[in-house]
Parts: sequence; structure tokens; C-alpha cells
Amino acid sequence: MARAITPRRKLMNTGFAWAVGLLIFFPILWTILTSFKTEAQAIASPPIFLNFDWTMENYSIVMERSNYARFLWNSVIIAGGSTILGLIIAVPAAWSMAFVPSKRTKDILLWMLSTKMLPAVGVLYPIYLLFIQLGLLDSRAGLVIVMMLINLPIIVWMLYTYFREIPVEILEAARMDGATLREEVLYILTPMAIPGIASTMLLNFILAWNEAFWTLNLTAVNAAPLTAFIASYSSPEGLFFAKLSAASTMAIAPILILGWFSQKQLVRGLTFGAVK
Amino acid sequence: MGQIQLNQVTKSFGDVEVIPPLDLTIHDGEFTVFVGPSGCGKSTLLRLIAGLEDITTGHIEIDGKDATALVPAKRGLAMVFQSYALYPHMSVRKNIAFPLRMAKMPQSEIDARVENAASVLNLKDYLDRRPGQLSGGQRQRVAIGRAIVREPAAFLFDEPLSNLDAALRVGMRMEISELHKKLETTMIYVTHDQVEAMTMADKIVVLQAGVIEQVGSPLELYRSPRNTFVAGFIGSPKMNLITGPEAAKHDADTIGIRPEHIDVVESGGTWEGTVGVAEHLGSDTFFHIHNTGLGETITVRAIGDVSLKHGDTIHLTPRADEIHRFDAQGLRIA
Repeated sequence: MARAITPRRKLMNTGFAWAVGLLIFFPILWTILTSFKTEAQAIASPPIFLNFDWTMENYSIVMERSNYARFLWNSVIIAGGSTILGLIIAVPAAWSMAFVPSKRTKDILLWMLSTKMLPAVGVLYPIYLLFIQLGLLDSRAGLVIVMMLINLPIIVWMLYTYFREIPVEILEAARMDGATLREEVLYILTPMAIPGIASTMLLNFILAWNEAFWTLNLTAVNAAPLTAFIASYSSPEGLFFAKLSAASTMAIAPILILGWFSQKQLVRGLTFGAVK
Repeated sequence: MGQIQLNQVTKSFGDVEVIPPLDLTIHDGEFTVFVGPSGCGKSTLLRLIAGLEDITTGHIEIDGKDATALVPAKRGLAMVFQSYALYPHMSVRKNIAFPLRMAKMPQSEIDARVENAASVLNLKDYLDRRPGQLSGGQRQRVAIGRAIVREPAAFLFDEPLSNLDAALRVGMRMEISELHKKLETTMIYVTHDQVEAMTMADKIVVLQAGVIEQVGSPLELYRSPRNTFVAGFIGSPKMNLITGPEAAKHDADTIGIRPEHIDVVESGGTWEGTVGVAEHLGSDTFFHIHNTGLGETITVRAIGDVSLKHGDTIHLTPRADEIHRFDAQGLRIA
């Protein structure tokens, strides 16, 4: 018998879900609210929730002091570039793992994922030295490569899961129909996996956009993305919470909007293959 | 042209040999059916011919040319899969045109061929639909359409009807047979259904555990099965195989008699038993008979509706000239 859900229980569940959702969203909400306060109101104790003098001052100061557009552009290039480069490498990799698996395929997949368990700071020193040697410090190209590398396991893993859902007979049919490997991947596999590829791209874009460790350590001025833009308001003159919040809001706004419009796709992407 | 020759072909997956050395010639224009129980290697054999699996040793020749090392696309064969394997993101038109597009054929030629295939297969009204909007039978037709536009040397069918319901299956069976008559192209058809094999084939290849048990026309297999396996596999309902003293009377280890070759008589008769289950089909009645003293349940086919029921005593006379005799190895005694 299916579990009975009484209206009361449903109400409680809904209330609980909303509470959890608000709890998760609260820091972001607080940041957005703080960005409209004066510096004094921002650090007032007890904190002021809504009853303050709304001001756009922080935003105009932030816009005046830093070149927001340049940071934004760097973020777009780094997140977008690393996503596209990652896909170019991951599609063939996931194809071979999904359709011509070897005895070691599962091990390779797990091993790739295990690199995500390594603390990033563990490889900071070697990568930093490599960047100096290769002249990649504070370059967008360098960050595109690093972002691609750290997210590659996730891209390969996600695409692998999607590709596994595609019946191998369809690819064999393409082979019988005279498609070369390139044509098979281009005309059959990729279009069929579009929803999967789209959510993989989206997730990777968001991960790269939000990444702060490498962007802060490997950039200074030229390639600094929005994460560095936020960080620049936390030092060295001391903390200016309202301005920091304004900068943060500006940094997360594009990705928040992107995420909002594509949440259906994202949820599908993240849970795909979980239930069969 | 579409002559296919397998010379000493073997296939192993790791240490497991699924096809021991095998020789087979399929002549141009022949409708050949590979039939056998599941896991007998019939689909593997088809995939070896298609090039979707690499053969372990041996040679495959298509039209006299060594095709062993050729990729599937270069073998000039077209395949229809059990699951249809249509491209779900393409319209019917694009599905059918896909092999032609891959062959870099001019667009006007592609259009003409797609139109032609669509009219042959009654798909004209569905050309702009996606596979998801079609019924099972229509999908199967699209898959066949995709195969025929290429004008291949041979068609390979891998259990193409097993996803269809019974009524549709009979219809499609006829369509494929008619298509073969019209195109006169070599067709290799894999099925586990011996009725499909009997009704469609020019030549049946009976396989068991990767070994060819017998090759022959449907009636050859029906009339003179080479061994007890073929005897039991071809024909529906199955041939009755009887061992023991009754077989010894005929100087054999096993004798076989088909249900349709045993007459139900009023009294007397060679054998006597009790009716277990009676299947009344109207045109025929099948009796499953116990306690005959022959050691097996005997199946008998009587023409028309014979009104015997469960528990009745039945008298049987096998037709002497229809008794098949087999030796201790299960091989036919001439």
C-alpha cells in the first residue's frame, strides 16, 4: 500500500522544505540586503533586517572604484573557456568509456574522481611553479586550463552517465549506415546527448564561475575574475561589509539568473542516472 | 550481387569460444534464416558478418572479396536491428536519408531514393514525423527503409519482429518476404522463432552452441532432420522423440514422429493413452497424451474438432513411413 499523505502532513512537509530552503538561501539574501545598507547599518547590533534606509550608494562606489566589466569579462572567459575545452576533451573520453569499456574503465573513472578528493592546496605549489615557468601567471589562458583540469573528472563522469543511457544499437546502426567515428559522434551521439551535455556545461560553468582558490592564487590584475573582485573589498583597509556585499551581489547576480532560468535542466542533470 | 562466404570463422570472448570453426556459404539472392535457441550464437554470427564484432580467426568473403578486416560501413551490408535503432532526434525522412548522406550522395538523388523507399513501405504520410510518434510496425518499416535505400549487397535482420505484437508480426513477416521477392537481394535473418524461419526462408541454418546443426530448405529440415536437435527444434508443435523399447523395435536409439503424423483412431491402434490437455483450435485439435507406456508425453494433432477431453482414453496409430530414426549419438539413420 502506498504511504498515505494526509493534508496536514503535506502542509508540514511543505513548511519544512521552505524552512530548509530559506535557511540555505539566507546568507545570499542577507548579502543582498546588506548591499543596500550604509556601512554603519551593515554592522549594527542587533542586526537590522528590513527597516533601514535603502541606498544604492555602495553600488555606485564599487562601480567607481573597480572596473566591474573587466572582472565580469574575465569570469565569462574563464568559466566559458574551461567548459568548452573540458567538453572537447571529455566527449571522446566519455564515449570510449561508455561504449568501448575495458576491464579498467570503472577503476579509471573512480581514480579520476578521487583527484577531486585531494585538497587543492596540496598541488598549489607545483602548479604555481609550473605557471611561473610557462609564463601563465595572471593569464586567462592559464586559468582556463586549470579550471578545465579541476572540473574534468566531473564533466567526464556526468557525460559518461548520459552516454550510458544511449542504446549502443543506435550507434551500431550509424556504423552500418556508413558513418565514420567522427560522424557517429557528431551526428548521432552528440544530438542525442544534448540535454546531458547542456546540464554538464551549465554545472561546469557554475563551478568554474564560483571557484575562488585558484583564481585568487593565480591571478593579480589582468586575468582576475569576479571572485577576485569580491576579495578586493575584504582587504587591506579593513572590512567594508556593505561594499563587500554590493560587490558580492554583482558577482553572483549573473550566475544566479542563469541558474534560476535553467534550474529544471540542472536538477535533471544532477539526478540523471540516479534512478533507473 | 551478395554472396557471403564464411571460412573457418571462429569467435571467442576472452577464453570462451562462442563460435567454433564454422564454414557457411550464402548464395546471392538467397533468404537465409539463422535459427536456434537463445544463446546459440546466431546473433553473434550475424554481427560477425556485419563487422560489428571482429572475428577471432578465419575469413569472411563478400562477393568474392576478403571483407575480414573491413569496417561495417565498407562491407556494403545493411542491418535492421531488433530495437529498430532509429535516430530519435531525426525525422523519418532524415532517418532514411542518413546512410545516403554518409555516402555523400547528391541531394536530388537522396530525395528520389527516400521518396521511392517511402512509397514502397507506405511511409509517405509519416516522412516528417519523429520515430517517437510512430507505432512499432511503422518504426520497423522506417528501419527497413533505411536499409533498402542504400541498395546493399545483402540485408541483415537481427530478430526484427520480436518487439511487435503477434498480429503485426504476421503482417510484417509477409511484407519482408514480399520485399525479398521484389528486391531479390540476399537477406540473412536471425530469429529464435522456428515458424518465422519455416515461413520465410529459402535456406535455414540451425545453430546450437555456435555449431551449425543443419543447413537446408525448410522442407528438407522438416522431412529429414539430421539429428534429434533439429528434429525437436523444427516443426510446431515439437516432434515426439521416443526412446527405449519402442525405438528398439525400429532398430534405433530414438525415434521421432511429428504430431501431425499420428492418426487418432476409434479403437485398437498401435498406442493407447489418456488425454491430459486438449487444445481445441477449431481447425485442429492438439492432444497431450499421458500413460502411453512410451515414457514421454505424446503430442498429437488431429484435423478438425475432435471431441475427446481430459481423462478420455485415446487410440493412436503413427504413420510408419513418417517415423524418423536416430542412433545413440542422436544422428539420423538413413
